[in-house]
Amino acid sequence: MHDHSSFDGHRWHDMGGTDAGPVPQDGHDFSLWEKRVDALMVLCSGAGLFTVDGLRRVLEDMGEQAFETMTYYERWIAAINQNLIEAGTYTSAELAARMAEVAARGPTYGEAQQP
Amino acid sequence: MIAPGTPVRVQSWMPPGHIRTPAYLRGKRGVIERPLGEFPNPEALAYRQPAPRLSLYRVRFTMAEVWGADAPHPTDTVDAEIYAHWLDTEE
Amino acid sequence: MPHDHDHDHDHDHDHDHDHDHDHDHDHDHLSPSGHPYRKDDDHPITYWQTMEIAIRELLEDKGVLTADQIARQIDAMDRRSPANGAAVVARAWTDPAFRDRLLANGSAATREMGFDIGPLHLVAVENTQTVHNVVVCTLCSCYPRNLLGLPPDWYKSRAYRSRTVREPRAVLAEFGVTLPDSTTVRVHDSTADMRYIVIPARPAGTDGWTPDRLAALVTRDSMIGTGLALSAL
Repeated sequence: MHDHSSFDGHRWHDMGGTDAGPVPQDGHDFSLWEKRVDALMVLCSGAGLFTVDGLRRVLEDMGEQAFETMTYYERWIAAINQNLIEAGTYTSAELAARMAEVAARGPTYGEAQQP
Repeated sequence: MIAPGTPVRVQSWMPPGHIRTPAYLRGKRGVIERPLGEFPNPEALAYRQPAPRLSLYRVRFTMAEVWGADAPHPTDTVDAEIYAHWLDTEE
Repeated sequence: MPHDHDHDHDHDHDHDHDHDHDHDHDHDHLSPSGHPYRKDDDHPITYWQTMEIAIRELLEDKGVLTADQIARQIDAMDRRSPANGAAVVARAWTDPAFRDRLLANGSAATREMGFDIGPLHLVAVENTQTVHNVVVCTLCSCYPRNLLGLPPDWYKSRAYRSRTVREPRAVLAEFGVTLPDSTTVRVHDSTADMRYIVIPARPAGTDGWTPDRLAALVTRDSMIGTGLALSAL
């Protein structure tokens, strides 16, 4: 991380050449919810609601803390949401109300699906 | 269009925002590997703005140019795609 | 809702890392490839999962997307795997005219074989006796997903994105690939609109092999450049 006095414009996501440890070799298989996030990105950008560039702009602006603490598809759904609100597809209030409705259905991802 | 083999220098600008020119290549000298055609400017697309089409090039850099002459394998290369407005052909 | 075990998870994992797969694994927690599933249906729902459900429902309610479109997109992505790229590589090994077309225009040559790669702009780069290619995306994690499927986790890691453009040989060594000094390493940083596939060198001892038999030697990592094609022996 840069302090304010030494910051030269080099942004956190622009990683080429920076120091880092060994490449982690562990992997995971994508879960259904991750595949759905991926599909939403492809379909919404295909429908012209936003571009991959817009998605990346938000991911970059979310900052290094988000990169370190959130999973890949958690960051993606956050960036998709930001872009859809910017596109006027729905409002923050509509999202809030629907999230409350979803959360009230049950404590697990499976139980929270639309009945 | 810049022809393959032409020497170019990447602008050393450091603006904020969504930029596709990686910082490690800014200010570095390379050679056009091939032109790739024209693509909408991602610096505009990222902000939901109309995006003029810009020429895009694959540019080849040596490790010596990018990381210094003491790079362990100075003749190994990095190729990257750089948009025309980030390239300076005047030397 | 059960985990979707029927999808082709294992196609993404035909690489030769030394994962210590436990074949007596509990099938409720590990996939057919031996990797853990990300927490999903049977775990407490997270804020971001709640948001995904809400967004999906809002998009469906507003007529932007249908549930069927989403399901079909997931199936389309699941059908994409390194096997597609392996078929392209094996064709290039056995058909010199196709190899030339692939190097000249990767997208057109790949579509010619019938693969639905959508808007992908594909550049094929070829390994030779003197050149080894490796692909990275330092700014993001761009990958030829419309041909090879979704990228492995390591491809998206800070370590791979940071180090590959500066010390590619050290990164390759972590993947078990060591190259002589006489080989030039060419790193390709996918900074903009192109995506890359490496055509690995054809293994010795495969003269006369059919494309199908050759394709079995082409690993995912060999098409990223962090691996070599498997030995014929």
